[in-house]
Order: sequence, then C-alpha cells, then structure tokens
Amino acid sequence: MAKILEKQVLRFDLVAVKIEAPEISKKAKPGQFVIVRADEVGERIPLSLARISPEEGTLGLVIQTIGVTSSKLAAMDVGDEISDVAGPMGHATPIENYGKVALLGGGFGAAPMYPIGKALKEAGNTVTSIIGARSVDLLVYEKELGEFSDKVLVSTDDGSKGLKGLVTDALKQEIEENGVDWVMAIGPAIMMKFVSLTTKPYNIKTFVSLNPIMVDGTGMCGACRVSVGGKTMFGCTDGPDFDGHLVDWGLLMARQRTYLEEEKLAMENYLCNCVPSATK
Amino acid sequence: MTEIKIHEYTKEELKAIRKTRTKMPEQDAVARGKNFEEVALGYNIEDALREANRCMFCAKKLCVNGCPVEVPIPEFIKLVKEGDFLGGAKKIKEKNPLPAVCGRVCPQESQCESLCTLAKKNEPVAIGRLERFVADYERMHGGGSNGEVDKPKPTGFKVAVIGSGPAGLVVASDLAKLGHDVTMFEALHKAGGVLVYGIPEFRLPKAIVQSEVDGIKALGVDIKANSVIGKLHTIDELIEAGFDAVFIGSGAGLPMFMNIPGENLNGVYSANEFLTRTNLMKAYLFPEFDTPIKKGAHVAVVGGGNVAMDAARTALRLGAENVYLVYRRSMEELPARQEEVHHAIEEGIDFRLLTNPVEVIGEEGWVRGIKCIKMELGEPDESGRRRPVPIEGSEYTIEVDTVVIAIGTGSNPIIPDSTPGLDLNKWGYIVAGDNGQTSKPGVFAGGDIVTGAATVILAAGAGRKAANAIHEYLMSKVKN
Ligand SMILES: Cc1cc2nc3c(=O)[nH]c(=O)nc-3n(C[C@H](O)[C@H](O)[C@H](O)COP(=O)(O)OP(=O)(O)OC[C@H]3O[C@@H](n4cnc5c(N)ncnc54)[C@H](O)[C@@H]3O)c2cc1C
Ligand SMILES: Cc1cc2nc3c(=O)[nH]c(=O)nc-3n(C[C@H](O)[C@H](O)[C@H](O)COP(=O)(O)OP(=O)(O)OC[C@H]3O[C@@H](n4cnc5c(N)ncnc54)[C@H](O)[C@@H]3O)c2cc1C
Ligand code: FES
Repeated sequence: MAKILEKQVLRFDLVAVKIEAPEISKKAKPGQFVIVRADEVGERIPLSLARISPEEGTLGLVIQTIGVTSSKLAAMDVGDEISDVAGPMGHATPIENYGKVALLGGGFGAAPMYPIGKALKEAGNTVTSIIGARSVDLLVYEKELGEFSDKVLVSTDDGSKGLKGLVTDALKQEIEENGVDWVMAIGPAIMMKFVSLTTKPYNIKTFVSLNPIMVDGTGMCGACRVSVGGKTMFGCTDGPDFDGHLVDWGLLMARQRTYLEEEKLAMENYLCNCVPSATK
Repeated sequence: MTEIKIHEYTKEELKAIRKTRTKMPEQDAVARGKNFEEVALGYNIEDALREANRCMFCAKKLCVNGCPVEVPIPEFIKLVKEGDFLGGAKKIKEKNPLPAVCGRVCPQESQCESLCTLAKKNEPVAIGRLERFVADYERMHGGGSNGEVDKPKPTGFKVAVIGSGPAGLVVASDLAKLGHDVTMFEALHKAGGVLVYGIPEFRLPKAIVQSEVDGIKALGVDIKANSVIGKLHTIDELIEAGFDAVFIGSGAGLPMFMNIPGENLNGVYSANEFLTRTNLMKAYLFPEFDTPIKKGAHVAVVGGGNVAMDAARTALRLGAENVYLVYRRSMEELPARQEEVHHAIEEGIDFRLLTNPVEVIGEEGWVRGIKCIKMELGEPDESGRRRPVPIEGSEYTIEVDTVVIAIGTGSNPIIPDSTPGLDLNKWGYIVAGDNGQTSKPGVFAGGDIVTGAATVILAAGAGRKAANAIHEYLMSKVKN
C-alpha cells in the first residue's frame, strides 16, 4: 500500500502524484521505475520515477492517462492508497560527465527526465532540455526542467511558443549550432525513434528509456522483450535504458500494440462502470 | 464432525480391492475444458478408507525410500485406516509440511508409488490421493497446518526469508515455530511462488496456497510483498540491518526462449508470462480483472514438462479450438506427471511428439504458424535419454495464432548480481551444501535456485533441511 500525499493535474491527460514510499525512495536512482497495481483487480504497470526524495520518504510519479490503469490512478485522490508499488526496478541511467548533453522528454517523459537531468548537471554536464507539444497550452514541465538546465528549448507544432516544428528539429539545431556530446530521450516510442535517427548521422551516443509492455518487471516473464543490436533483451532487467541506435523500433511498436482490442474493451467496461470516479 | 464408520474388510474383500486403486472422482473431461475449477475432486471418507485398506503395511516400506523427504507413509496410511485422519495429516507433516499441495502435484508415479509392493502385481496404493485427502480433511476441520502450535518463546534472532515459494514457506514456518523472528520478502504482490503464479487453479486451487500463507502469518511471520531483494535491499544490507541469518528461496524464474526466428512476434509467450497473466493476474476473468491475455484459437505449446501441460490446458480453458503440444522426444520421455499427461489427452490436447519447432511464422507482426521438423531418437545423451535428431526434409507448418514456449527456466541474475561473495555454479544457480549453507556466512539457500527447476517436494525438503541448519547456526551463536 502506498498513500497518495499530493496530487496535481498538469494537463488534461497528465497527473503528478507524490506517494509515500520510504523504502523504495532510499534505494531509487534516476532512470529507474516502479511497478504499480492500482487496486485488487489491477494490472501491473511500469511507471518511471519523476521525483526521488529519500529524506521525505516519497516518490513522484507522472501518469499519462491512456487506458484503464492510468485512468484509475489518475482518478485517485490525496489520501487514497495505491494497492501495490514495487521497485526500484531496472538499472539506473549511467550518470557521468559527458560534456554537453541534450535531454528530450515527450508526453510523460519530461517528468522522469527531471531527476536524470539534475544528476547529470551535478555531475558537471552542460544540460540542454528540449520539450515540445502541439501547442503552447499543452506544454508541461518547462519550469521544472529550468530549475537545473542550462537552457530549455521549446518547440511547438503550431509555432505558438519557441521553435515551430518538432523536438527533433530543435535537437538538430542545437547539435548544429552548439554541438552535443550525449543525448537521452524518454517518451513515446515514435519520438525516441526519431531522436535516435536524428543523432545517428552525427554519431552522438543516444540513450532511450524503452517502454515495452511489462508484467512482473523482475525478469520472470519475458513480456518486455526488445531487440537491441540484434539481441533479444528484457526491457525490465537489462534496461530500461538502451542505445537508441541499436533498438529495433518496429518490433517495440508492434509489441506495444499487442492488446489494442482488449484495451479498448477494458476501457469501455471501465467507463460504463466507473463514470463518477473517472470524471473526478 | 462427520461420523466415521470403520468397515472391517474380510480377506476376500481385501483381495478384491487390492487389484485396482480407488478411483478419484473428476470433473467430466468436456465440461472441465471450459472452466478453471479443480479437475480432480478428491476422495471422500469411504474412498479413503477403502484405499488405505489396500496397503499391505509391508516391512520393507519401499515407498518411503521413494519419497525425497521420507514421509512415514505406512504409518500415516495406518492412521487413515483407523479413521484418524487428523492424526494422519500430523504424521505426514513430521516430514512434509505441505501435504495438501504435494498430494496434488508430486510426481508420485516416479517416487513413492513406483516402489509400492502392491505395484508388482496390481496397481500401487494411491499414496498421493490419500495424502491429499488427509490434508484437505484437516484444513476443512479446522486443524489448519499450524493450528495447534503454542506460541514459542522468542529467541531474539531475526531471519530474512527471500521468496515465498514452497522452500521459503517451509523455512519461514519451521523457524517461526522455533521462536525466531521471521520476515519474508516476496518480489510479487502475492505470496506463494510458482504455486500462485505458475500452477493453475484447475490443478492447485489458490485457496489451498493461501491457507499455507495464512498459516505462516498466524505464526507471526511478517510477509513483505513487493520487495525485490537485490533491488529494494541487498542481502548485505539485510545483514547490516540486523538479520542474523538469510535464506534465499528465489526459485528458477527466468524464462528460456529457443532463439529461433519469429520468437518475438506478437502472440509468442513464455509459459511464465502466459501462466502469470492467467493465474496470478486472473486474465481469464478479464475484463473483470484488468490484465488481458490473447485468447488464441489455435495454440502451440512447446515443451513436455508440467509447465507445458499447464500451459496447454490453460489455453484450452481460455477458449482455444486446437491446442498442439510440440515435444521433441517421444511419449516415454515426457517429463510431466503422468496424471497431467493423461488429463491433457482426455481433454483433447493434440500431442505432436518427436517434433521440434524451427521457426515461428508471422504476418504483419503476428504469429500465423509454427514451422516444425520431425525428429527421431538416436543415441542416448548425458542424461541417459535418447537424443532426438532432426529428420532432414521433414519440415511442416502448423497453423496457429499463439505460441507458448515452455522449454525450461533458468536462474534470475538479480540476487547473484547484487550479492558479492555468493558462489554460483556454471548455470548461475547458487552453490549450497546439503544443509543449504552457501559460500556466505549466515546465508542459506534451497529449492529451485540451488537445484534448477525441480519439484515442490524437493524445494520443501530443502527448506526443512535449511531451517534446521539455520536454527543450529543461530543457537551456536548464543553459546559463543
Ligand atoms: C519502464 C517504463 C516506464 C514508464 N514510465 C511511465 C511514466 O512515468 N508515466 C506514464 O504515464 N507511463 C509510463 N510508462 C508507460 C505506461 O506503463 C503505460 O502507459 C501504461 O501501462 C498504460 O496502462 P493503461 O492500463 O492505462 O493503458 P492500456 O489501455 O492498458 O494500454 C495503453 C498502451 O500502454 C501500453 N501498456 C499497456 N499495458 C502495459 C504494461 N503493463 N506495461 C507497459 N506498457 C503497457 C501499451 O503500449 C498499450 O497499448 C512506462 C513504461 C515503461 C515500460
Ligand atoms: C507451471 C509450473 C508447473 C509445475 N508443476 C509442478 C508439479 O506438478 N509438481 C511439482 O512437484 N513441481 C511442479 N513445478 C515445479 C515447482 O513448482 C517448483 O520446483 C517449486 O515451486 C520451487 O520452489 P521454490 O520455493 O524453490 O521457488 P518458487 O516457487 O519459484 O518461488 C520463488 C519465489 O521467490 C520470489 N523471488 C524471486 N526472486 C526474488 C527476489 N529477488 N526477491 C524477492 N523474492 C524473489 C519469486 O517471485 C517467487 O515467488 C511446476 C512449476 C511450474 C512453473
Ligand atoms: S516484465 Fe516480465 S520479464 Fe520484464
């Protein structure tokens, strides 16, 4: 059981929660994740650590509502208890002084970038954070990333703020103008794929935090199989970070779609049973 | 309590009943293929008394030699014969703490029952069914596994038990009864190990596992779920935090794949994933439970052990029209329990023996078939079994939409990688002496993490030995 201590709606589909997790917060490192089960009938889903506060004994999670579990979690209130939180899972992101680093967060991905970026900054890197959205009102986490970044680059599809275009355009510009030694991307697979494609011609080491479907998160089931450099690996125990230039993106995206039909059915079932809490 | 009427069998009657074992009622083969309820229904009192009377109580007690933990078999059967079922259960528990589980899942035909004197001419005594009967009787009559134990005097020693499978359950139970303060750490959200995530409901009802777990809780064991040792705490940290001894019973939970083309297509599952989704996560009750599973119409399961049988029969219950069991050796070498093979055949599982997959065929990312090659048996290999060799040019494709790989499991690296000084063998399993002592002082191990994937009774037996050794280890600390 993990109690929700604070909750903040960041955007129509993004909710930040602070949860009580005294033990996990003492061990967790940036880049790791937890496996969460909302309630007694719940599915186990992975969520990255957006804040790690060992002194307070808390963790921060940012949840993008896309299906039943994320919606259930987003509908929970301060004081409610999440049935199960296990972790910290996976390996931490390797923090070193790489020089000039560019960090790209898409969707929920800007949130777990916070502890990673902060640690990279403390390790001596020059940190450029790059975030994007369709339009300025959908932009999140700019202020938070600004707390430690040397600069935060913004791109919007409609040009309502920052560069008109995609985060990859902003990344390309940064590489061309100032040079970048190391890149990390967290977000939807398609975004991480295009970030990797952008850095490939420049041969810049690019880390991506892969998000395959998981069950246990401990290496017991193999649901999270990904192919990296032609080798099958487990996203949960070998990752979640991998070299973006070696990832088989087609496979990752295909496997993410395994349960589309079932997820649709589950969502319909959830909405007709739980309208009150879903609209909270 | 039910009135127990003892019938004195005459010589003639005894002669007659000794020929064939008492049948255990079962769910009808067609009906059960559509539900997840237990297949074998267990003996009633009359059945049990009849079966107990079949035992000749021979002096040699060969059956006991066949039991990995040397359950006093004739003695417990004698108590059953006398109608003292609770006494029978107690007798078994002197050696085997998990009779309700073992009565259901032990490979009796290759252990105790294979040596039964009756088996020379007739069918062996159904020892497993009697074991199950007394354990169920005890559970239903309130004498739960740890029911009558008085609270022992606390010793002040703290023991950490990692993993809640049969090995961990036994260690925790034994040590708690001796007055040690036991904390159990389980990676998953529910305790029970393979007994909850792997072995299906239709073979081992989860209520039985839960009663074992409740039993150790009642003894004061603190069960910490969602605690992955190696991630949340390392073993060294547990010791620093004041645990006087540690037992590792983390099982052999790493799924193996075949490394054939197409293995990552959508619709290819490891048996662990397929069974975990179904059993632990209750995907068969989706969408009432949130976890989905692909309910294949045509399913191929690769492998021939208990895991493969469980996966095949689970696929059937999820609604498959055809389930193929693809195994590279022949019927004789099938390592699964006889009863499971028998049940699988009855339920209509299509056995493709002497057949080995070479490729999973896909279309747009999804499984469409499994290409197999026929095999023949050649010379015996190191294991003494005849080695299967492919017959050139015999490839053919079975059209399926789901493939479940059940070819075995290995050692999960999380604990080894986070525990300096813990010796491993070349397969990555923990090296431990007969009493479970590892290369690290105060750290013991047992069950599948030491032996590789084995059986419930071996894990339980290893747990008992380790518990004794841990107790001795702790008590010697007092003296010094
Ligand atoms: C290491 C890792 C870290 C992640 N961190 C975050 C995070 O910080 N915040 C966040 O919002 N999301 C994160 N995700 C993704 C998140 O786990 C999924 O969005 C979530 O599982 C969706 O569940 P659902 O029931 O709401 O949606 P569903 O309707 O069940 O699924 C929607 C989509 O989510 C993905 N998904 C579904 N079930 C799972 C599962 N069990 N495991 C992984 N993906 C699944 C699939 O691609 C699916 O099509 C992370 C994923 C991974 C692997
Ligand atoms: C599908 C299936 C069917 C089977 N059928 C039979 C049968 O019919 N008869 C039979 O005798 N045997 C059968 N077996 C084998 C039997 O179940 C195992 O041999 C037995 O469960 C091993 O017990 P164990 O205690 O060593 O480990 P397990 O039962 O594997 O339990 C280990 C536990 O440790 C936990 N764990 C692992 N790592 C960590 C960690 N780092 N921190 C905390 N916890 C951890 C796991 O989550 C798990 O709960 C079957 C196995 C399977 C998978
Ligand atoms: S999630 Fe099960 S092995 Fe990675």
